Amino acid sequence: MYPYIPNTPLDEQEMLKEIGLESIDQLFNDIPGDVLLKRELNIPESKSELEVTTYLKSLADKNCSLSELTSFLGAGAYDHYIPSVVDAIISRSEFYTSYTPYQPEISQGTLQYIFEFQTLICKLTGMDIANASLYDGGTAITEAALMACASSRKDEIIISTGVNPQARRILKTYAHAQHLKVVEVDTKDGVTDQEALEKLVSDNTAAVIVQNPNFFGIIEDLKSIGEIAHKGKKTSFIASVNPIALGLLKRPGELGVDVVVGEGQPLGISLSFGGPYLGFMATKKDYMRKLPGRIVGETTDLDGKRSFVLTLSAREQHIRREKATSNICSNQGINSLAATVYMVTLGKEGLREVATQCVKKAHYAFNELTKSGKYKPLFNKPFFNEFALVSDKDVDELNKELRKENIMGGYNLGNEYPQYKNAVLYAVTEKRTKVEIDKLASVLEGIK
Amino acid sequence: MKVVKGLYYSKDHEWVKVEGEEALIGITDYAQEHLGDIVYVELPEIDDELEKEEAFSAVESVKAAADVFMPVSGKIIEVNEALEDDPALLNTDPYENWIAKVQLSNKDELEELMSSEEYEKFLAEEV
Amino acid sequence: MKDYDKLIFEISKPGRKAYKLPPLDVVDTPLDSLIPDEFLSDKELDLPEVSEVDVIRHYTNLSNKNYGVDTGFYPLGSCTMKYNPKINEAVARYDKFANVHPLQTEDCIQGSLQVMYELEKSLCEIAGMDRMTLQPAAGAHGEITGIMIIKAYHEKRGDHKRNKIIVPDSAHGTNPATAAMAGYSIIEIKSTEDGLVDLEALRAVVGEDTAGLMLTNPNTVGIFDKGIKEIAQIVHDAGGLLYYDGANMNAIMGYARPGDMGFDVVHFNLHKTFSTPHGGGGPGAGPVGVKKDLVEFLPVPMIEKKDDRYFLDYNYPNSIGKVKDFYGHFSILLRAYTYILTMGRDGLKKASEMAVLNANYIKEKLKDYYYLPIDTLVKHEVVFGGLKDTLSEVTTLDIAKRLLDHGYHPPTIYFPLIINQALMVEPTESESKETLDGFIETMIAISKEAESNPEVLKTAPHDTIVRRPDETKAARNPIVKYEG
Repeated sequence: MYPYIPNTPLDEQEMLKEIGLESIDQLFNDIPGDVLLKRELNIPESKSELEVTTYLKSLADKNCSLSELTSFLGAGAYDHYIPSVVDAIISRSEFYTSYTPYQPEISQGTLQYIFEFQTLICKLTGMDIANASLYDGGTAITEAALMACASSRKDEIIISTGVNPQARRILKTYAHAQHLKVVEVDTKDGVTDQEALEKLVSDNTAAVIVQNPNFFGIIEDLKSIGEIAHKGKKTSFIASVNPIALGLLKRPGELGVDVVVGEGQPLGISLSFGGPYLGFMATKKDYMRKLPGRIVGETTDLDGKRSFVLTLSAREQHIRREKATSNICSNQGINSLAATVYMVTLGKEGLREVATQCVKKAHYAFNELTKSGKYKPLFNKPFFNEFALVSDKDVDELNKELRKENIMGGYNLGNEYPQYKNAVLYAVTEKRTKVEIDKLASVLEGIK
Repeated sequence: MKVVKGLYYSKDHEWVKVEGEEALIGITDYAQEHLGDIVYVELPEIDDELEKEEAFSAVESVKAAADVFMPVSGKIIEVNEALEDDPALLNTDPYENWIAKVQLSNKDELEELMSSEEYEKFLAEEV
Repeated sequence: MKDYDKLIFEISKPGRKAYKLPPLDVVDTPLDSLIPDEFLSDKELDLPEVSEVDVIRHYTNLSNKNYGVDTGFYPLGSCTMKYNPKINEAVARYDKFANVHPLQTEDCIQGSLQVMYELEKSLCEIAGMDRMTLQPAAGAHGEITGIMIIKAYHEKRGDHKRNKIIVPDSAHGTNPATAAMAGYSIIEIKSTEDGLVDLEALRAVVGEDTAGLMLTNPNTVGIFDKGIKEIAQIVHDAGGLLYYDGANMNAIMGYARPGDMGFDVVHFNLHKTFSTPHGGGGPGAGPVGVKKDLVEFLPVPMIEKKDDRYFLDYNYPNSIGKVKDFYGHFSILLRAYTYILTMGRDGLKKASEMAVLNANYIKEKLKDYYYLPIDTLVKHEVVFGGLKDTLSEVTTLDIAKRLLDHGYHPPTIYFPLIINQALMVEPTESESKETLDGFIETMIAISKEAESNPEVLKTAPHDTIVRRPDETKAARNPIVKYEG
């Protein structure tokens, strides 16, 4: 017997009899002989919970956890404080063992939190409408670009090299399949080169995409970039944003952005070696019926009671099939719940306080690290909670030294930007303390 | 199923009402009934020049969506904006509530469409 | 608390807080000296102000308005709503799995890489494929990854005229949507009366423009397509490739492998077959496996092992590129691997056996009461076409809504599209004979009610917190956020 399979041998016999069969094997009589697997699968036999957890614990022990290291690593995934209430709520099995809310009568819990999530994302971004979430920040950029191309019937996408390199790679993968053209506009002094952008934007431009704060942590001038983007006919201005930064920065909706996307991981989602995270997308009313993904709407039931349903589904694959706005048929469900609980727990004051602490601690670290002149700022521009420093030392060597002191160093920018050899991108969140930052500074200072 | 005399009909259940060099285009009673409660009508853009059988509009209900195809070639000169606010008009009276007004670019194409009698026969076979 | 009907915004009260951060311990420089004023918002954030108790009560109340696999029977066809083992959740929360940054140095992520490496090996064995990418986030994401791999294969051979993907009319809507998203046009072929691929129809459409065929086997009617080898032959002879939609893999683990059937590319839904939670809509995971000839096109990075070290390998010059941030939904992959370790080769096979036994049992017990368009041995699910009395005014929707009154999650309704009034039941192996008998009894009672008192069905549900919310109203005048 297996813990997750309740039928007993006697049950099996009784059921087979009802069906008119004699053995379990006969249930598979319809599989032709030349397809039937005639051996056992070459994977180990079943194990007890104790054996499995012992084994997996031994694998886990080969990792280092950020609870035993002090991390200054960011570059798209951030070590923020996650209030205990988040896990308490997402661990409720009424939430995580349910599926897409196809039957609204018994899914009001899911439907309502998605409605709240959409509302919170709209409030944060200053946009009119948000969907129920997408796979992650990177694929959300691609979905936004595809939406812009489809609705403008144009095929050229301009993206700043200040956008996370892996997101640009995803975009190129999809664009290639659809014969769309991706043009990269470079950064200058760490921000999107507006002069270069101005030369590139034309009436063929479906979308201009930037990230804010950009991959180097620097705050982009969304307003000016938007004005340039909108010189193209029906060109969409797409911005990928860090939601924590919106605790302080002007809302993209006030700055002329048409589509706001982003990675929601900083909103209470564990790092978990890269996923699952949470892509979000918010936009203006005009795009309402072009959006990819699930959307929840408010309505009333037979008795006039407020209720929530999946809506605007005529955009989607189960109805439109090959003419759907996207093939996506899920959302990040439980992770969008985590983000919802995080946003309401932090609330009006909290999100601003987290953002403020990030900024102040990052700037303190910047000052401490650059004090002696051994490590120099790569750029000289306003930043949020990440900044790049350059020295004559190899980044991997630096990080090796830091590891000896239980510090996880920054991201090696040279990996993706060969022109920035020996440059490190440090991220500082509200979780870092003065003591930890001082230690980073002193260890770095001591490296020969 | 209501079929109005004097209009031209396509196999995709669009109707055409000719007024000189111009024509109104809409969907038939059969089409609206088939779709159910219509929740949204996507209107074309004025000045769009479209070939016969090109999709120029889409009509959505809760459970279905259908493209509306040009029964004849032409340039869009007017769209029925009332449908934006009240898409249900297509349910209540599909023949009064046209979707677009076009300038016909090839009146000969009308010959390829069905008369009301032919369309009635077509529907009888279809169902 | 059935009557609780507040939005979180409606219980907000100025001054309340549900959090506390440590005081700022670095020098407190004014913000506007760090970030220029023009970038800073001059408005307050319009987020709720609530206490921690408010948050917990609010979302606990919402959870009570939900129905999950842990609540009861959830026979949602095509979704494989099997039990989500708790050990999976516990393992995913191990500190050294949950608190790992994806960009940590290689020596710090050996455990995670090993999990992925071993999971790939296991999934390849179950699928009969040579290599697998674990990156795709969901089934639909796996599909597009797989179809882009097929595209890359043809392109590398300079075979540029292949611009069509063939899809049976019984297919899940994601198949045609995916093919279109990958830049293909779609040819839909009709199924035979038995719900199988019509070989003649297939022969008629394959040719020099065929890039591939997307197929689910067992198919969406729950039937194993015996003609699979011949289908593969027809497509391969035409120069196309075969894509396996693994949505229904729970039916055949240890009995048949897509790789042995002739498929070139496969995706699995870990949230279906391998017990990871559906999470109210996600996140899932949709790994994609390929045969040898296609390995070079897999997305980067792949996970390799050399001298007991695991590493991320980006050295795939012909790769389609990246399809996902970082390496995929790691904590979902981890849950799936936990399941595979727990079940083992014997348990996985047993799971398929019981999933199939349960589906056939329901079919046998209900076919006198519900219309069964195709009466044959099924695999993991059975599709009815509404009531036996096909002229009844009671629709599949009414039956589904009435089931809610009896405390069941209804089956999938109106899919597949080729069955009129479709009612698609997938019990999974997690359910006992007693549970099935209870469901069967209820279904029979409902079929009798359809004759004796159809009105009670037409107005169902009667006992739920809301009843048939108006979808037309929601779509006509969309309210998609709280405006109060």
